[in-house]
Amino acid sequence: MIKKYDVVVIGGGPAGMAAALSALKKGAKVLVVERDVRLGGILNQCIHNGFGLHYFGEELTGPEYADRFVKLVESEDIDVMLESMVLRLTPDKKVEILSPEGYITVEAGAVVLAMGCRERTAGAIAVPGTRPAGVYTAGMAQKLCNMKGYLVGKKVVILGSGDIGLIMARRMTLEGAKVELVLELMPYSSGLKRNIVQCLNDFDIPIKYAHTITRLEGSPRLTGLYYAPVDENRNPILEKEEYVSCDTLLLSVGLIPENDLLSGMDVEMSPITSGAVVDENRMTSIPGVFSCGNVLHVHDLVDNVSREAEIAGGAAADYALGNVTAGDTVSVRATDGVRYALPQRITKGGEGKVDVFFRTVDVYTKKRIVVEVDGNEIYSRKTMILAPGEMEKITLARQDLVGDVIVRLK
Amino acid sequence: MKTYDCIVIGGGVVGTAVLDRLAFHDLATLLLEKDDDVSVGASRANSGIVHAGYDCKPGTLKAKFNVRGNHLMWSLVDDLDVPHLKCGSLVVADKDNKAGIDELYDKGVKNGVEVEVWDKQKTMSFEPNLSDNIEWSLYAKEAGIVSPYQLAIALADRAVLNGAEIHLEEGVTALERKDGLWVVTTEKSQYLAKTVVNCAGAYGADVNDLAGAEHYETSFRKGEYYVLDNTERQNVETVIFPLPTKAGKGILVAPTADGNVIYGPTSHLCDLDDTSVTLDGLQDIRSNVAKTYKNPVVRKCIRTYAGVRTIIGDDFVIGESKVVDDFYMAIGICSPGLSSAPAIAEHLENLIAGDVALKDNVVTRLPRAKRLSELDGDELNTLIKEDEAWGRIVCRCEKVSEAEIVKAIHSPLPAVTVDAVKRRVRAGMGRCQGGFCATRVMEIISRETGKDITEIRKGKKGSNIALYSVKEVPND
Ligand SMILES: Cc1cc2nc3c(=O)[nH]c(=O)nc-3n(C[C@H](O)[C@H](O)[C@H](O)COP(=O)(O)OP(=O)(O)OC[C@H]3O[C@@H](n4cnc5c(N)ncnc54)[C@H](O)[C@@H]3O)c2cc1C
Ligand SMILES: Cc1cc2nc3c(=O)[nH]c(=O)nc-3n(C[C@H](O)[C@H](O)[C@H](O)COP(=O)(O)OP(=O)(O)OC[C@H]3O[C@@H](n4cnc5c(N)ncnc54)[C@H](O)[C@@H]3O)c2cc1C
Repeated sequence: MIKKYDVVVIGGGPAGMAAALSALKKGAKVLVVERDVRLGGILNQCIHNGFGLHYFGEELTGPEYADRFVKLVESEDIDVMLESMVLRLTPDKKVEILSPEGYITVEAGAVVLAMGCRERTAGAIAVPGTRPAGVYTAGMAQKLCNMKGYLVGKKVVILGSGDIGLIMARRMTLEGAKVELVLELMPYSSGLKRNIVQCLNDFDIPIKYAHTITRLEGSPRLTGLYYAPVDENRNPILEKEEYVSCDTLLLSVGLIPENDLLSGMDVEMSPITSGAVVDENRMTSIPGVFSCGNVLHVHDLVDNVSREAEIAGGAAADYALGNVTAGDTVSVRATDGVRYALPQRITKGGEGKVDVFFRTVDVYTKKRIVVEVDGNEIYSRKTMILAPGEMEKITLARQDLVGDVIVRLK
Repeated sequence: MKTYDCIVIGGGVVGTAVLDRLAFHDLATLLLEKDDDVSVGASRANSGIVHAGYDCKPGTLKAKFNVRGNHLMWSLVDDLDVPHLKCGSLVVADKDNKAGIDELYDKGVKNGVEVEVWDKQKTMSFEPNLSDNIEWSLYAKEAGIVSPYQLAIALADRAVLNGAEIHLEEGVTALERKDGLWVVTTEKSQYLAKTVVNCAGAYGADVNDLAGAEHYETSFRKGEYYVLDNTERQNVETVIFPLPTKAGKGILVAPTADGNVIYGPTSHLCDLDDTSVTLDGLQDIRSNVAKTYKNPVVRKCIRTYAGVRTIIGDDFVIGESKVVDDFYMAIGICSPGLSSAPAIAEHLENLIAGDVALKDNVVTRLPRAKRLSELDGDELNTLIKEDEAWGRIVCRCEKVSEAEIVKAIHSPLPAVTVDAVKRRVRAGMGRCQGGFCATRVMEIISRETGKDITEIRKGKKGSNIALYSVKEVPND
């Protein structure tokens, strides 16, 4: 017999848990499918603090933040399958799940995608040189260090200034490793400002912007690497190559939403976020399929993940229980320094407010964020500094959204 | 000291193929490999193409063994359950280079290869993504692709099942004659052998020198590649070559037997064992691919790699030494060495064991390996009932279960490093390149072999992945 749920949530990280709780509140029967042996997602390996300032108003570690949600999920009437991986999702919302108990299919009234993201690798950015042991994604080194108790090496270089890399610079230093250098291809960091200060500056770890690796050396283990500044086209200036000896290279060069499950389905995707295109309820182009958290777009603050997931979970329950009426939508377009804005579609009419999140293309000082509808400014805010590493939020009045929306910097 | 009838030096595709053939006979055989697994030299890092044999110079050993090797290959990979696809190959040319196609056609006919010259329309209907300037092609239907490392591994497994021994991490350091036998010294031990076969790849000339056999000068040519995500596979139908030049077969676009796409290889002189990838090499690939293939998508790259061709003169060196007794060699096996390996092995088998009886009850077909990614729900449920490890996905990108990994660790030739597991079951070969599963694979190897996590290696000696336990970091 095929099991049926109103809402099936794929992924039991912060996004999945918040979505499940919010769907439950609306009266839905909910299943959470998580491939790991525990709930909590990536937070389980983020043992530093800095989580929850916005959502809980206090500073928690990753596991503490996760634990608050885990306790709620466990105490409520939510079915949870652990060590269970969704292998296939069909457009008619059949969810095929593999676990040590067997291979089963579950029918869902609505599906919430909350699969998180994966890290870009050395292969993906084609780092030249040898391919030795000693090269890790920052997340893998973090997992080995914080969850398994192993340090990958002692003399470390970090490529990329994503948050995980910055956090690991501090973590490995505290564990007795020497972090020689952080290299960042762009002229600015892709991580949070506070992480640059607290993880690098406070430990005197140098960061070189507009630099990249030109060659790895050593086999079978990394022994050192060459790096050089880059020109305006981001090509290395080889005459200025320098060498640093190291036994470890960590990569923190980007996160990619884990959307492999959608490959067989005709879901409209955003080439910029690598996540689905969604409306204000975080519903994708397939009715009844919702997306939230890092699988939708990469977040830097888990607080935003939880909020976004609550929207998606609640809307998924409404959809499954038949409490929605579809309406026309307006599109939200990003331009002039705005890399993307999300949601990409908003249902016309309706009352109250809607939040739009965006990231910028570059670092900008003293710009005005402007939102236009049919050529009229409906929103404007002055800013001191905007950076791609920090997600921005603007709140719009729904009654203003009578036509297509453009978000730009002026 | 144990005496073997035959010791094979080197566990590349040539050495394993030779061992496999010898193991069918009533002979005590041993293969010695200096590294942590078979297929870690050129046999791991090449294009994986089973060439048809049209472009070898007629009359050479390359032509002879390539054509025969191709013929033997397709039933061999079927028997051994090695991923393969007989997808044909195209050499493509623009309107000014029809003569090059005709020349290849003539060579193909001389070598006894089935080849056809196709016009633009036929070419494009077969492979729609070629560059607009392509007007002609040479099609060879016998060509195709195999997983080169899985071939060598399967040959090694079958040889072991048929009674051969394989000792890993035992490089041969000395060869001496004593009382009509060879004394073979390795880093760890000594063995006696009635005959020795040198299949040492890049070190082939050195091993000849150890034995006092014919001396050869060797040069090396590096070939670099991009590997693309498997989502690109749908855009490539066949193996696409430019016209060959003196430096080699040129930069090709090809599917791999595991479902990815490769662009490469370059061809530059290099040092022994220099498998590094260079910025220039990658640039070279990018600019050349565009000449034959319409929409190269380097941004879908999931990794790069390089292999080294070992070159001795203009041809393979295959046969019995004329200088020392009971010493055979298959060295200088550059391209098309993978394609030729089954035929080289057949030839050496005839020379070494032609008059030795075959064993009874030999294994000829390796059992079909079950791959989670190929099973349906009912099959999976049956397997999970027997062993719940089938229900535990370790590699999410390639959908590899714990059961497959455990089986690889306990295969006839056991896999004990993360890369050895990867080559057998593809865990870590997908788009996240082990970022997610490597720690799990390490734990499984540790559990199955009783080794501590800090002893688990990526590959060769010295490639340990986690160096210290968090509590015991040395301060020096
Ligand atoms: C290393 C790191 C450091 C961070 N530091 C901070 C910080 O200091 N402060 C802060 O506020 N935020 C931080 N963040 C951001 C925040 O923690 C993440 O954005 C948040 O965890 C994302 O939540 P998620 O639920 O979308 O994804 P995840 O936490 O990744 O959860 C996704 C879950 O889905 C499961 N899953 C995936 N596919 C399947 C499938 N097919 N079937 C079943 N289950 C599946 C996974 O196992 C995983 O448990 C950090 C993030 C990272 C990665
Ligand atoms: C870039 C490139 C592309 C190619 N493309 C193709 C193709 O598409 N099709 C094709 O047919 N061919 C191709 N080839 C050629 C093919 O890869 C080789 O011909 C083949 O792999 C050679 O196999 P081998 O066993 O001789 O050498 P190897 O695979 O190098 O094996 C030799 C082994 O000997 C071991 N060894 C060395 N010294 C000792 C010692 N003293 N003691 C013990 N062990 C030792 C080494 O560790 C190694 O494992 C290509 C080659 C390259 C480099």
